[in-house]
Amino acid sequence: MSGGGATRSLRSAVSNPWGKSRLLPFVTMLYVLWSTIPVAIAVLFSFNSGRSRSTWQGFSTRWYVGDPAAAESVLYDQSLRFALAQSVRLAVLTMLVATPIGVALAIGLARWRGRGVKASNLLMLIPLVTPEIVMGVALFLVFDKVYDFVPFGTWTQFLGHVTFSISFVVIIVRGRLFAIGRDYEEAAMDLGASPLQAMRRVLLPLLAPALLASFAIVFAISIDDFVISQFLLGGADTVTIPVQLYSGARAAPPPSLNALATVLMVITIGAVAAAGLLFRALNKRRGEGGSALESVAGFEM
Amino acid sequence: MPTNLASGAEYDTVGQRRWVWPGFALPGVAWLVLLFLVPFYAIFAVAMGQLDPVLQRATPEWNPIYWDLTVFSKVFADLFGGQLGVIALRTLAYVFVASLLCLIIGYPVAYFVSRKAGRWRWLWLLLILAPFWINYLMRMMSWVNLLSPDGQINKWLEAFGITNPPDWLAGSHLVVILGLVYGYIPFFILPLFAALDRIDDATLEAARDLGARPSQTFWRVTWPMSRNGVLGGLVIIMLPMFGDYYTPTLLSGSPRTRMYGNSIDQFINQTTSGGAIGAALTIILMIFVGGLMVYYLRSINRSSQEARE
Repeated sequence: MSGGGATRSLRSAVSNPWGKSRLLPFVTMLYVLWSTIPVAIAVLFSFNSGRSRSTWQGFSTRWYVGDPAAAESVLYDQSLRFALAQSVRLAVLTMLVATPIGVALAIGLARWRGRGVKASNLLMLIPLVTPEIVMGVALFLVFDKVYDFVPFGTWTQFLGHVTFSISFVVIIVRGRLFAIGRDYEEAAMDLGASPLQAMRRVLLPLLAPALLASFAIVFAISIDDFVISQFLLGGADTVTIPVQLYSGARAAPPPSLNALATVLMVITIGAVAAAGLLFRALNKRRGEGGSALESVAGFEM
Repeated sequence: MPTNLASGAEYDTVGQRRWVWPGFALPGVAWLVLLFLVPFYAIFAVAMGQLDPVLQRATPEWNPIYWDLTVFSKVFADLFGGQLGVIALRTLAYVFVASLLCLIIGYPVAYFVSRKAGRWRWLWLLLILAPFWINYLMRMMSWVNLLSPDGQINKWLEAFGITNPPDWLAGSHLVVILGLVYGYIPFFILPLFAALDRIDDATLEAARDLGARPSQTFWRVTWPMSRNGVLGGLVIIMLPMFGDYYTPTLLSGSPRTRMYGNSIDQFINQTTSGGAIGAALTIILMIFVGGLMVYYLRSINRSSQEARE
């Protein structure tokens, strides 16, 4: 097919919403192959039994768990194991701190009427559209010049990760808050609950799916982060997996680097899948039993 | 009247409630003030601060009255007529070409998955979402694997008799641009998918019933209705692309392909006056990217106003 012909049939494929096109699925198929095959090859070679990342020499898990003496696997190469530990440690800490702060902020911003709410809302939204490098530079400078009592390393990385995570939690929870509305809380308060009781017994259970989703999403974006972790890096033991990939990829590393990347991929996808499944399961259960009204009905003083 | 007062305070019983909701917001707001707003201001304070006479370190100046524009004038001189200008122009060109490629490749894909994927739509959707949860650095590393001198690409080329391939990772503009497209295109496709997905079939049927040819239907109905999605997607990928430094570093590492982000990364880590230069470069990037955001928001506003009229 000549170039002109391809353009013409692509055009007709996109522009005709009723016609059955073969080109459009073909283009999409090519795109999907292009987007997945390089990563699939990288994963494949993490299981190579040889040292090459381009010549297949048989299946092996030596780059994951093999040979303590050679210290070449993710498990036994100290720098790789430290990177894995640091990534997980940061993600868990960030998740545990950013989620409660973000949930409280979302509730506060949704209910608070008065001066300051607009500015606070803006302050919450701006980090979402700030390029990472700007936030990285800002945090680096502030820890270098102002909060210099915080040592660079896990502490600065943790503070940075929470900072960019809070807004994500607010966005997730806020959507759910608006969907729930205030009726259930009001009903609870009409039945004699104090506002804080209504929140604890009615609102928080209703928010549970959003809460779980927040935990998982914060975990995923924290473990996935590169720029902030790199700008706020301390010693060699605070290198995270993405930072390790960045500094190691060009140095002709053995397949253990691919193995490390694969581990990160599995963890991230696991977190997101868990969030999706939990979110669905919880929503479903509530959906069946007359939804949120039940929780109000079950409210006892 | 007491009853009015009670209802005037909305659902809250009087007195105690006033501080409850701001109280909920307080930890988050305080966190963002201390770790977002103050750091943000610190960029300005460092860029226009003083140089410590003894240690030769950039010292922040918090009072705008004493801000010093020496560093800025140096940076501007370099930006208009120096090496930095070349880097900035190159960055603009890279981002422009990469965004255009994202549009050309991404539009048919988003269109297909949103409107024509049929029964297997969920699978297609999963496949175009997959890159979101694979680390960007891993995706770049995969290409480093493929393109390295003993990598797969050269092996395949050898099989076709091309035995003297270039070193792909030694400063090729094309490789860096394709790397940017590879890295960011998922973030373009998703908002566009959402915009195309929202278009009601009935609208397209109406266009057909009114006698529009398929191509007219596309250019006069579908395309205008997806324009905000296209713009949104472009802004979403351009914001991080302008500050990207890891893609050119991994896929080339040569000064020939340095981007603006590389300069920021390089200067900010210098303990001497470089910190101030890095901060000034960051401010210029922020102003540029902020302008892009404002343009986007205004065009979204305008089109939603037109839609209402």
